[in-house]
Amino acid sequence: MSDLIERFLAGERRALSRILTRVENGTPEGREYLRQLYPRSGRAHTIGVTGSAGSGKSSLTGALAAELRKRGHEVGIIAVDPSSPFTQGAILGDRIRMQDLVLDPGVFVRSMASRGALGGLAPTIDDVVAVMDAFGFPYVFVETVGAGQDEVEIAGTALTTVLVNNPGTGDDIQALKAGIIEIADVLVVNKADRPGADVLVSQLRALLSLAPSEGREVPILSTVATTGDGVPELVDAIDEHRAWLDSSGELEKHRRQEARHQVLSVAQRILLDRIRRGTSEETLGELVAQVAGRDLDPHTAAEQLVEQGELV
Amino acid sequence: MTASPETSAQGETGQKIRVLIAKPGLDGHDRGAKIVARALRDGGCEVIYTGIRQTPQMIAEAALQEDVDVVGLSILSGAHLELFPRIVEELRSRGLDDVILFCGGIIPEEDTDALEAMGFSAIFRPGTNTRDIVSFVYDNASSE
Ligand code: B12
Ligand SMILES: Nc1nc2c(ncn2[C@@H]2O[C@H](COP(=O)(O)OP(=O)(O)OP(=O)(O)O)[C@@H](O)[C@H]2O)c(=O)[nH]1
Ligand SMILES: [Mg+2]
Repeated sequence: MSDLIERFLAGERRALSRILTRVENGTPEGREYLRQLYPRSGRAHTIGVTGSAGSGKSSLTGALAAELRKRGHEVGIIAVDPSSPFTQGAILGDRIRMQDLVLDPGVFVRSMASRGALGGLAPTIDDVVAVMDAFGFPYVFVETVGAGQDEVEIAGTALTTVLVNNPGTGDDIQALKAGIIEIADVLVVNKADRPGADVLVSQLRALLSLAPSEGREVPILSTVATTGDGVPELVDAIDEHRAWLDSSGELEKHRRQEARHQVLSVAQRILLDRIRRGTSEETLGELVAQVAGRDLDPHTAAEQLVEQGELV
Repeated sequence: MTASPETSAQGETGQKIRVLIAKPGLDGHDRGAKIVARALRDGGCEVIYTGIRQTPQMIAEAALQEDVDVVGLSILSGAHLELFPRIVEELRSRGLDDVILFCGGIIPEEDTDALEAMGFSAIFRPGTNTRDIVSFVYDNASSE
């Protein structure tokens, strides 16, 4: 067993950090670490925090972690911010809202760039979550990038999805249009210190009554992340959702669906890699030129690409 | 400019240079730090920006949790000779001996030797072209 894995299993945070980087980067070394650590994952309660940009996801995640620390639990946090589609660089600023936790040895915050993934997360997010889980954090939070309409991937990654809304921003209409409300296990009206919070709560309640319920009522909670108001109640609601998952059999269903999704999406990535490696730039260039010149449609070109690539 | 043709729906894996840009102490001058953070982002790095008022422990702890290749300190208050040794100490005590250190801001020429002795590889003063800062990072940090 490698030295880094031993140190990881002994609870050394630096080893966790280094393994996270390799797993995030999807290097062969990282995949080997994941292979060894994966059997130890599956114990954490994974919680997704999503909502539009600036809705208070980071502040709320920080406040939730602080409350869980009061209750004696350790917390891992993964915060995703967008990569620039032009330069592939990123500024990861979610930590700024979690300053109070930085020196708490029971909390570990890791920032991740979205690296071009659609859906509000990052390409290897599930692997990174599994490593945090395997380290032994009973709670692992995942903050998505500021999501708007169809960033619903988080519902697969996390066992409990918390959707953060703000008063006075038209969030109710957004939620209705996008159908994003359907991924919420717990709805939050954050910035409840601002006018219009009560109205938004009743609008969301009305919206929920239209959505198909899965034998469980989605709670709506009001919070002020910056003061901590409503945060203990939110922790209770998150715990209750987990208890419901356990007792209803939904947990097993969720795990199977997610495993299926992951296996298929990794397979997709591997296939694409193989096609890319098995195709010369020349061949690709020719096909691309034909499509650009409208001599060939993209589907036919892709089929030719797949047939030419060596899929081994 | 268009988005990279290689970007697929699943995004890209691979290695990126990770940089922590931090402002130690009570110094509130954050324009330079933000400009440097943005320049590095535009240069393709993943930059963790912690905001102002960071203690030496907070900076070292962020560097550890984020597994950064480079730590950049921005300081215009004049407190660098008090704060920087403590930051270096906190980094070492966490086993972060291999991170590249550099800094910028209002730092008198006569302090250069002391900072180099502490392990700072470069000092960038007012008027620096951010391109030089980005080149420094790429020349010195190869992510493994
Ligand atoms: C703008 C400014 C302010 C603004 C700051 C706004 C803000 N949010 O940043 C305000 C008005 C708030 C302000 C307040 C004060 N200021 Co003032 N301020 C300046 C001024 C005029 C420009 C600084 C600036 O923004 N430059 C533009 C940026 C882009 O340049 P930069 O920070 O130098 O960054 C570049 C390089 O240094 C380098 N760099 C910087 N950081 C880093 C980090 C890394 C990792 C790297 C690689 C490179 C790098 O790259 C950047 C790009 O080239 C300077 C004078 C000067 N000419 O520098 C005084 C100055 C810094 N301020 C000074 C003082 C004394 C103060 C006050 C104490 C005044 C008072 N008595 O109240 C307060 C303190 C506030 C506080 N809480 O800290 C003094 C500091 C003296 C000293 N160190 O000995 C200075 C030098 C003025 C002077 N000549 O006396 N200030
Ligand atoms: N008044 C008020 N302000 C809040 C509340 N929660 C967060 N904020 C402020 O809202 C701003 C954004 O908060 P963040 O926590 O960074 O929001 P976010 O959703 O993580 O933002 P992104 O990650 O950029 O999408 C900050 O200025 C917070 O201080 C709240 O309950 N009330
Ligand atoms: Mg955030």
